[in-house]
Amino acid sequence: MTREGVVKSLKSEFGEKIKKFYDKSSRRIYVDVAREDVIGMVRFIFKDLGARFNIATAVDNPDSIEMMYHFDFDRIGLIVTIRAYVPKDDCVIDSILPIMKGAEWIEREIHELFGLEFKGHPNMKPLLLPDDWPADKHPMRKKFKLSTESDTNNQCS
Amino acid sequence: MSHKVTIPIGPYHPLQEEPEFYKLIVDGEKVLDVDVRIGWNHRGIEKLSESKSFDQSAYLVERICGICSTSHPFAFVNAVEDIDDIHVPERALYIRTIIGELERIHSHLLWLGLAGHFLGYNTVFMWAWRYREPVLDMFEAISGNRNNYAMMKVGGVRRDIDNTEIPRYKKILNDEVLPAVEMFRGAVLDDPVLAARLKGVGILTREDAIDYSALGPTARASGYDVDIRRDEPYAAYGKVKWNVITRKEGDVFAKAVVRILELIESIKIVNQCLDDLPEGPIDENVKQVSPGDGIGHHEAPRGEVIHIVRCDGTNRPVRHKVRAPTFMNFPTFKKTIVGQTIADATIILAAIDPCYCCTERLTVVNKKDKMVYDAHNLIHMSQHRTWDMGKSLGLSDSELIKRMGKKIE
Repeated sequence: MTREGVVKSLKSEFGEKIKKFYDKSSRRIYVDVAREDVIGMVRFIFKDLGARFNIATAVDNPDSIEMMYHFDFDRIGLIVTIRAYVPKDDCVIDSILPIMKGAEWIEREIHELFGLEFKGHPNMKPLLLPDDWPADKHPMRKKFKLSTESDTNNQCS
Repeated sequence: MSHKVTIPIGPYHPLQEEPEFYKLIVDGEKVLDVDVRIGWNHRGIEKLSESKSFDQSAYLVERICGICSTSHPFAFVNAVEDIDDIHVPERALYIRTIIGELERIHSHLLWLGLAGHFLGYNTVFMWAWRYREPVLDMFEAISGNRNNYAMMKVGGVRRDIDNTEIPRYKKILNDEVLPAVEMFRGAVLDDPVLAARLKGVGILTREDAIDYSALGPTARASGYDVDIRRDEPYAAYGKVKWNVITRKEGDVFAKAVVRILELIESIKIVNQCLDDLPEGPIDENVKQVSPGDGIGHHEAPRGEVIHIVRCDGTNRPVRHKVRAPTFMNFPTFKKTIVGQTIADATIILAAIDPCYCCTERLTVVNKKDKMVYDAHNLIHMSQHRTWDMGKSLGLSDSELIKRMGKKIE
């Protein structure tokens, strides 16, 4: 499969569902979709195109949580990133665990650190944070500060 | 009648670099299920990095792992350079490659020694670690440090390699390390006891490797041919000749074979880089990073490390995501250990090359939390099995003592 082949099959399969297509460089492509279209595109890239799941990244933007799913087409050295913006007042996205087992840990991690709910994740237990960590504190959110003065605010009590 | 017992393994000691907690559900000797819990020493490196400059972050991520300490800064500088295609001087690219491959050599030798110890092959343990020393000496000569070399920086490397020292480095590699690796290849691949002990143990199928997106030797031993050095060449990997080692079997033996053969490939790469080391500057002196996203990888000894960096035009990352290979390889433990026996748990776990300190702290407890086996017992069980297999293959006591150093009773 070539880079052009990947672009072409993504565009023909998803057409209007692709909100924005960003050709960053010869080795990086970003595709923006609505959050409900993520799971379909992940299935297509992983199962049909045979890409390897690198990892998912969440970013805390002022008005949304940005979810990025990175897929590597190893033989052509291309990374395709599927991106969706999840509003903070309705912080839910479909779990991609039914498609691949490799996503279990990263979804648990993002759930704890960013407070994003993954609909359909069967094993949403704490992975990194203590069992008694308060459910409303998410360390990777920008408003969670690490400075010593605010330590008292961050303590779980 | 079956009687399920839960075995906690781990989790925690402040000296461990990667504490993990395993709960093995066993029936007699057989493992029925496993639950893994990490995060005992979560240091919030990603969060910390958001408050550091790009120069400081390279130092910070170097401290993520003690064994493969250059993997993270390597992937990090690749990520920052990916944001706006920063040009890096040729000589720096070659030096990066040399550091990366020397690290693979010392890390694989460390693994080989520990795997030998778990199996009772203490001679392998002593020899592997003895031949790891000259590699660390080379690191000290090049960077001033045996570990945490602080060589990587955005746009280049921090220290040059002295051209007059190159013949000495080559002599260490080719006259000391390479013959030792050849010796290990013979000692491990042709040993009937190891073959009986490790073949068919802890198999990870190719399908499962893909499903879990396994990486590095764990994936390559299952016939899942991923190696970012070949697939998306960075540094000088596109300019040297070497082979990606794969095996189809997916068992512990295959993982050992992959690592030993990779040692030889790494020595090949370092040799070529030292021969072809171009003259010129080693640093581009990058002053400013443009806004944007960058993704950088490095094939660490355990598999692909990936760093994702977002910059908003300031001197600090807005977001810095770190994904270590063990994050993807650990969950495969669930597939490889179920149906196996407790005596094989240590070596199956060691086969994915996680942090060993964890396995040093293995404890078997029954339902009333009364300790049944500690780490020492489990390693002894593992060594005992090796001894028994040797006997059943018709080896005499003295032949086995020659391999294992002592009689295991």
